[in-house]
Amino acid sequence: MEKFTALTAIAAPLLRINVDTDAIIPSREMKKVSKVGLKDGLFAGWRYRDPVARTEDPDFVLNRAPYRDARILLTGLNFGCGSSREHAVWALHEWGVRCIVAPSFGAIFYGNCVRNGILPVVLDAARIEALAAQVEADPSRPVTVDLVTCTLTAPDGTATGFEVPPADREMLLEGLDPIGVTLKRAADIDAFQAADRDRRPWIYLQPGTPAA
Amino acid sequence: MPSTLIDKLWDAHTVADLGDGTTLLYIDRVFLHERTGSVALQELAAAGRAVRNPEQVFCTMDHIVDTLPGRGDQTRMPGGTEFITATRHAARAAGINLFDLGDPRQGIVHVVSPEQGIALPGVTLVCPDSHTCTLGGLGALAWGIGSTEGEHALATKTLVVRKPKLMRVWFDGHVAPGVYAKDLVLHLIQHYGASGGSGYAVEFAGPAISALGVEARLTLCNMAVEFGAFTGIIAPDEATIDYVRGRTYAPKGADWDRAVAHWRTLKTDADAVFDREIRVDASALGPQVTWGTSPQHGSAVDGQVPNPAAEADANRRQAMERALAYMGLAPGTPLAGLPINAAFIGSCTNSRLSDLREAARVLRGRRVAPGVKAICVPGSTPVKLAAEAEGLDQVFRDAGFEWRESGCSMCFFAGGESFGHEERVVTSTNRNFENRQGPRTRSHLASPATVAASAIAGRISDPRPLLRD
Ligand code: SF4
Repeated sequence: MEKFTALTAIAAPLLRINVDTDAIIPSREMKKVSKVGLKDGLFAGWRYRDPVARTEDPDFVLNRAPYRDARILLTGLNFGCGSSREHAVWALHEWGVRCIVAPSFGAIFYGNCVRNGILPVVLDAARIEALAAQVEADPSRPVTVDLVTCTLTAPDGTATGFEVPPADREMLLEGLDPIGVTLKRAADIDAFQAADRDRRPWIYLQPGTPAA
Repeated sequence: MPSTLIDKLWDAHTVADLGDGTTLLYIDRVFLHERTGSVALQELAAAGRAVRNPEQVFCTMDHIVDTLPGRGDQTRMPGGTEFITATRHAARAAGINLFDLGDPRQGIVHVVSPEQGIALPGVTLVCPDSHTCTLGGLGALAWGIGSTEGEHALATKTLVVRKPKLMRVWFDGHVAPGVYAKDLVLHLIQHYGASGGSGYAVEFAGPAISALGVEARLTLCNMAVEFGAFTGIIAPDEATIDYVRGRTYAPKGADWDRAVAHWRTLKTDADAVFDREIRVDASALGPQVTWGTSPQHGSAVDGQVPNPAAEADANRRQAMERALAYMGLAPGTPLAGLPINAAFIGSCTNSRLSDLREAARVLRGRRVAPGVKAICVPGSTPVKLAAEAEGLDQVFRDAGFEWRESGCSMCFFAGGESFGHEERVVTSTNRNFENRQGPRTRSHLASPATVAASAIAGRISDPRPLLRD
């Protein structure tokens, strides 16, 4: 898994609340059984005046310089709510986003970010609005996010601490393979399953179709 | 110490406490579908990992398949065939249970899962699909995950999960005729917001919940994710046990007796403490309908489009303004009476037999208004066959509804069929997001009875005057 330690980059303000994963990557943009080839579909309903002809809407934030190079997204409450489609995170990642700052996240989306090397940072809405105001005043001045120290530094140099649950922080910092980590506990899982089979035998189906 | 139902299920499935607030949780069952399951199975195989217990893993075809009669692997969605064939191959290679096209058990994943007795009270069940919370209606601890977490569950039979905070939503009173679980949950989300449940697992309880049928409980829990919650759950009771009895994968014989004895213990203790409690008076509620592009943009059907200028919070105000522009609505417009172009009854929220029966109570002997495109998509092949056996298909057809094969259909737009630009749709689904049902389509969420009444009138309508026995 991709690591995240620290990042200094352009931040793009998209201060909308309840941005859902259908908006991040519309269903029609998920054309293949694949994690790649999604970046052109990112925010397709907002980025393009005509999503089929791909005519860009010059007013949409990610179409404007220097936000085209943004690696950090500043956004509103409940970002990534809705569908569990991990394609939303894959599309953001492929486009270049590595850190998303919001007052809260859709729960599944948050987990998907961590598993794909994107750092979700929770800050209160007022703090994000102040940050966005600074960025808008001079979009070329970068924001720094440091996961080692858990601080976010605004363009004017003021630093704010943030919290990331320890397990998520470790996974991002170390770039761990979560399945590999869990499989180290295979003996625990085997033991649990053996005891559980006695406790709840009805859970354990036999291979093949049961009679109706 | 007194504990909640969710605490009990959490503890019973804990393989290891990993410290720092996370648990290695045992996952009883995994369900997949062709849109997100395909990629999980492929990636797992590419990494050289096997499914640990394939007999406990299920997969159905629902999202991408066509729902028009005579369907096959070809789809109206561009590129859809690849999803179907890739899923079929990956499922066979992994040795999991597959409900393919043409299988009598096929249907929408969250409809099939309880119907076949795969989701049971007290199980942990995950699926790379956000509406997996539906199964909380049976007393299962079930939640949606991403595809990568899906791989983890398949390979290890576990997930690493941070325990959510616990909330109880207590519904007092009783639901009036013509008012449904859908109306309860739309009202809840309207009042507490689409992120009102964020960070929580929610237990729904109270007299109005106990009185709900099991299918209605599934509807209520279906929209827990629209409330922002990790999941929703309702303690199993005798109605749940009756529902589960005899289902294909449900326990039989001595196993059944043991299971039932266990299920009867699955309830929140009297003095258990929640991190948050909300009370709602169900008796006071009428039918609900949404006017905007978030499920929190809702109102009683006899209400009006609100005025964003009256909203103090700037972010909420802007979201409301955007929503009204998208929906083509002006503040102060009464919702009842808004002309519609289409009516849709389907989805994992409201496409079970009881939903179709309620809609049929409105439709019987009536005709859909001229110019309204009306579609009914039963949630599963068994629902479709059961409805046909009692003549409901004829009621829908006589009224002017299309009667389809089961699947997700136009609950979401995948590039194939849609309702069209700026068409106004009253829909029994769960998401009214921008472009959800088609490019620039305007979706109004409501119960199946409200959808049916609106289809007849050609306008958003209160179903209560039209309901017949
Ligand atoms: S019916 Fe709609 S909400 Fe339900 S699983 Fe299918 S696409 Fe998702």
